[in-house]
Amino acid sequence: MVTPSPLSSYQAMSSLLNLFGKTPLTRRRALWGLLLIAPNTIGLFLFFGWPILQSFRISFYEWNAFNTPRFVDIENFQRLYDDPMFRKALTNTLKLVGFVVPLEMGLSLSLALLLNQRLRGRILFRTIYFLPVVTSTVAASIVWTFVFQRRYGLMAAALEPFGYGDLNWLVDPDLVLFPIVVVTVWQRIGFDMVLFLAGLQNVPRVLHEAAMIDGANRWQRFRHVTLPMLSPTTFLILTLATISSFQIFDQVYIMTSRTIRGGVGGSARTLSLYLYESGFGQSSDYGYASAIAFILFMIILGITVLQLIAQRRWVYYETESG
Amino acid sequence: MSKAARDIPPSYERVPIPLQMISYVLLFLGAAIMLLPFVWMVSTACKPPQELTHIPVTFIPENQVCRANLDGLYDRVPLFNRYLLNSALTTAGRTLGQLVTCSLAAYGFARFKFPGRNILFALCLALLMVPLQAFIIQEFILINDLGWRDTFYALIVPGTFSAFALFLLRQAFLQIPIELEEAAMIDGANPLQILIYITLPLSVPALAAFGVITVQAAWNDFLWPLIVSYSPETRVLPVGLSFLIGQRNTPFNLLMMGSFLGTLPMLILFILLQRYFIEGISMSGVKR
Repeated sequence: MVTPSPLSSYQAMSSLLNLFGKTPLTRRRALWGLLLIAPNTIGLFLFFGWPILQSFRISFYEWNAFNTPRFVDIENFQRLYDDPMFRKALTNTLKLVGFVVPLEMGLSLSLALLLNQRLRGRILFRTIYFLPVVTSTVAASIVWTFVFQRRYGLMAAALEPFGYGDLNWLVDPDLVLFPIVVVTVWQRIGFDMVLFLAGLQNVPRVLHEAAMIDGANRWQRFRHVTLPMLSPTTFLILTLATISSFQIFDQVYIMTSRTIRGGVGGSARTLSLYLYESGFGQSSDYGYASAIAFILFMIILGITVLQLIAQRRWVYYETESG
Repeated sequence: MSKAARDIPPSYERVPIPLQMISYVLLFLGAAIMLLPFVWMVSTACKPPQELTHIPVTFIPENQVCRANLDGLYDRVPLFNRYLLNSALTTAGRTLGQLVTCSLAAYGFARFKFPGRNILFALCLALLMVPLQAFIIQEFILINDLGWRDTFYALIVPGTFSAFALFLLRQAFLQIPIELEEAAMIDGANPLQILIYITLPLSVPALAAFGVITVQAAWNDFLWPLIVSYSPETRVLPVGLSFLIGQRNTPFNLLMMGSFLGTLPMLILFILLQRYFIEGISMSGVKR
């Protein structure tokens, strides 16, 4: 057995030290840097990084609040595959995404275009549209629950003249997703609008001027100048909107809490709500809930990657030639 | 950027009158729809129970009983002030905590060279891509193992670390001219002194943007407190409200009063510090 000579261990030490810099000053700076980042980095690892890694592991275990974890391979995922409640939650979530994202983006882009004009009271309008963003989703959902109340709600009052005043929005399985879409869109428009406005301000004027000289009308300029120049913003918003729509929880939890949580027959249950119910409901099935979480994460990761790829193909950046 | 966010310069060209008219009509219509729920909330909060089922719907209550409803809410939820206090404590704890940990880390990442810096920063940013739902089970188990279930530690401590704030503040610090910091260094200031006396005071707009966004997110946070708080003593406002609506016999006028009280602080904050909200969002594009 070879014992390291004092010299070689000194060399090892010094090459390790060299990693931190070649002079005492750079070494001291490196140490300071590490000290400064330590609290947040350690905290992030402990409370986010580690639980994330663990979550993937427990999705392969049978584990609830009462037994010890037991490795069951992909059994949780097989159960998910056969679980009609999970399928229902998945379809509901996809429906919500399908309704919310286009509505949210279309409306917020329209508002941003309107507000990007030379008009009076732009700041006031922007303030009003942004108000719902700062409201708590729980409080907003409570208000909208009353708006969608059968017969006595605002929606009923608005639809009464057309003979639809008696719709049971929050109970009827065919209708229940609609109020959830409305409250979600209402709450997000202002956020997207601010991002769109920032994007619109970055469209260089010279391009509009050039297009005008070429005789392009408003629509043509929107279609061929504004829209392409805005595409990085549009893609960012599309990604954010899709990802957060997959996580809808608060609205559903609150708006169906007066009747049956998750809606009659699970008609309003989302993936997040099902995850919550499986993990923290009566069964406390941590393994199963983690499997749902895993699926949710893979969906979100997939969207991110997909949109990154798509972005490379379609999005116009100013730095590109052309 | 900051100026653009503040006063939205309009596009330069004149808008023809007919188009102006259409724009105003659309903007007013939109504003009305956005505001209607707030009006409805306030109006219902002041209605007596028998007016809740009035047809046709009234926006101005015939008998205004704001005060009675307020008392009614406190009769029903004696701990309502406690919920408000809990929310305030949680919000303050998270925001101050993030201010400390994240400004230290952001300064470290922005101005110091050390082995593994880029990898560590990339790993921190990767955390932004993982939503809470993806690991909430394990997060709960961790809190449980630490013995923090149903305590303020659970509500506050995980929220004092943030990859988002790290990213935001690092961006801001990088924009400060390094010469100022170097001058202080030559005068013998250590990195902490430089951070406190030079870098942070020069980053006030970014700190304000970070502050309002963090406060807003913490005040409105629901899923995490719902999971870790068991007793009424640790309930934050959104959780308290969810219990209130969950008791199916709670009349809507009291619910609206509760929602109003819970929303009011953020509305005031927003009206006062609007430009920082807008700036923070334009700056990052990431919040939710």
